[in-house]
Amino acid sequence: MSAFVRAHPAWSAVIAIALALLLVAVFAHWPPGVVAVLGRKKIFLNALLNGITLGGLYFLVASGFTLIFGLMKNVNLAHGSLYLFGGYIGFEIAEATGWWLLSFIVAFLLVAAIGVVLQTLVFRRIEGQDLRQTLVTIGISIVVADLMLWIWGGDFYQISIPEWLQGPMVLPVISAIKSSGAVVYLKYPLVRIVIFLASVAIGLAMWMALNRTRIGMLIRAGVDDREMLAASGIGVQRVFVLVFAFGAGLAGLAGVVGGTFQSLAPGEDIRFLLASLVVVIVGGMGSIVGAALGALLIGLAEQFGSVYMPTYAVVLTFLIMVLVLAFRPQGLMGRRT
Amino acid sequence: MSTMQPGGPRTAAAWLLGLILLLMPAFAGDFVLFQIFGWALILGMIALSLMFLAGYGGMVSLVQMSVAGCAAYMVAIFGDSAITQISLGWPWWITVPLAIAIATLFGTLAGALAVRTHGIYTIMITLAIASAFFYFTRQNYVVFNGFSGFNGVLPPPLFGVDWRQPVPFYYLALFFAALAYFLVLYISRAPFGLALQGIRDNPRRMEALGFNVFLHRIAAYAFASAIAAVAGVLLVWLNAQVSPGTAGIGPVIDILIIAVVGGLGRPIGPFIGAIIYVLLRTFALDFLVSLGLSGERFQLLIGAGFLVIVFWSPDGVLGLWDRTRERITARERQRSPLYRAIRGQPGGPA
Repeated sequence: MSAFVRAHPAWSAVIAIALALLLVAVFAHWPPGVVAVLGRKKIFLNALLNGITLGGLYFLVASGFTLIFGLMKNVNLAHGSLYLFGGYIGFEIAEATGWWLLSFIVAFLLVAAIGVVLQTLVFRRIEGQDLRQTLVTIGISIVVADLMLWIWGGDFYQISIPEWLQGPMVLPVISAIKSSGAVVYLKYPLVRIVIFLASVAIGLAMWMALNRTRIGMLIRAGVDDREMLAASGIGVQRVFVLVFAFGAGLAGLAGVVGGTFQSLAPGEDIRFLLASLVVVIVGGMGSIVGAALGALLIGLAEQFGSVYMPTYAVVLTFLIMVLVLAFRPQGLMGRRT
Repeated sequence: MSTMQPGGPRTAAAWLLGLILLLMPAFAGDFVLFQIFGWALILGMIALSLMFLAGYGGMVSLVQMSVAGCAAYMVAIFGDSAITQISLGWPWWITVPLAIAIATLFGTLAGALAVRTHGIYTIMITLAIASAFFYFTRQNYVVFNGFSGFNGVLPPPLFGVDWRQPVPFYYLALFFAALAYFLVLYISRAPFGLALQGIRDNPRRMEALGFNVFLHRIAAYAFASAIAAVAGVLLVWLNAQVSPGTAGIGPVIDILIIAVVGGLGRPIGPFIGAIIYVLLRTFALDFLVSLGLSGERFQLLIGAGFLVIVFWSPDGVLGLWDRTRERITARERQRSPLYRAIRGQPGGPA
């Protein structure tokens, strides 16, 4: 952090001022002048929270993608299919057992197992040929999408929230002051906050595992120089399978999350594949911190876009990507290769 | 490999194919001419522009279908359509060149962005641009008429011919497809195309030799986009309509499938891929039903076929053909006395 400040003092100042303005906007009472320009404070706060929680979901999907790409240079364009499949599995488990938390575990394990199969049967045979990997995984995603359409049909599915997570939570943030002087606090769905906190926890755990453990050390070494790691007597293929399984499992887990606070339907696989592509392009390939930053940025852009310029919300995310590419092709946190 | 000796069997086959294509209307019905060949030639041209970029430039661009879609939209917006409140109704000799120019510009700009990256990043970025185009056309109602797009876009009645009749349209599509094919063939052997192939194989060496790698790549995008744009104009005339789905994510991926299944090695590949795709697309339903399966599983058939091809023959149908031919010629060579003489001698070229 301090190295960044020293290297880019002007940018640091801009970011600090932007953050300070955001904090003021969140906690201060909005005078009528601001309301006239930005609309009611409640709308702004909701867009902000929706954006942050959506960013959490994007982070879960994209971090698996970026981890797999960063370590193995494996391009898995079937990542969106893993997400949707995990969501459907989570739905089935939650419906059958009524146990919401169990659906996360089963979806994670099952999709991770698929990841192991993908890595050992598909990717190991076409290692290092990125065009073929792209084409093969596109083929897989077409086949899987049609199989899922066959099994689950074209309907929308939503995983029901367990009772203890239903209802809103009152946040210590003032959303409005009534004319009578009564203070109205912001209410926000509890489940989204819990899921967001869980994804932050997963992100932190991943960061800790990557930076503080032996296996994380192996993965980081593999990202930097795979041949050297293999030459030092490490079973690189085992590390690969492990990382692929974990990344795929995260996509499956994210599917359950997405099925809970959005819905599952054909086409969601492509949507989340594109979202994770944009997130990792913006954030920088192979960087967990970059994935978090990119996910937050894209989530916020999507939500603020849909509130303040509803027609072009989707285009806004791509605009961010184009700008990042034009000025920093390796992504915000990416390293130049 | 692709050199044709005059008088060789390949030249004869090429002449025969040309003759068959020219005389097609004499023995093929309207449906085959219009819906099968018209469509396949157009898809083949779009896939050809991808093949040019991928095969000679090493850049797999998924934005080519969007370029075609852009041209199709421009024809509908500047020319005539059933959506009279948006369409400007300009004459065709302004509309068509303008549409091609704008679409080429769009493709070139997308290319200028894409060439900042390489390899797999190019695929991802062009995929993202293509989906941005799709979402933009779907959301924008002022210019692109949103979800429903434009219908009633008809070709101009030039020389007193209704170009949407099967036979005239077939010849129109055949003319431009052949033009694009020979242009790509010519460029691939011209200095520009050779430089492009050099850049594909070793950009650093070409840079050291004084070639501007960036500009060559962007120029390749411009050329490929022009081909895709012409195909886009033909596409809107074929369907008489254009909507966001024309350049949706499905069709964008389909173009990649067509080019890869046909083979990225030679310009004829995309056309082979296109005819396979169109035949599958048209008859897969009946085929599936006759197997006792539901006709809805069409995507499964396409996806599985594609998977088989890319997994076992990454250079497509053309690659399969080349390998079979090599095997046959190798067998013939083994039988020839010259081959035995060479193999029998120690130190001969094995």
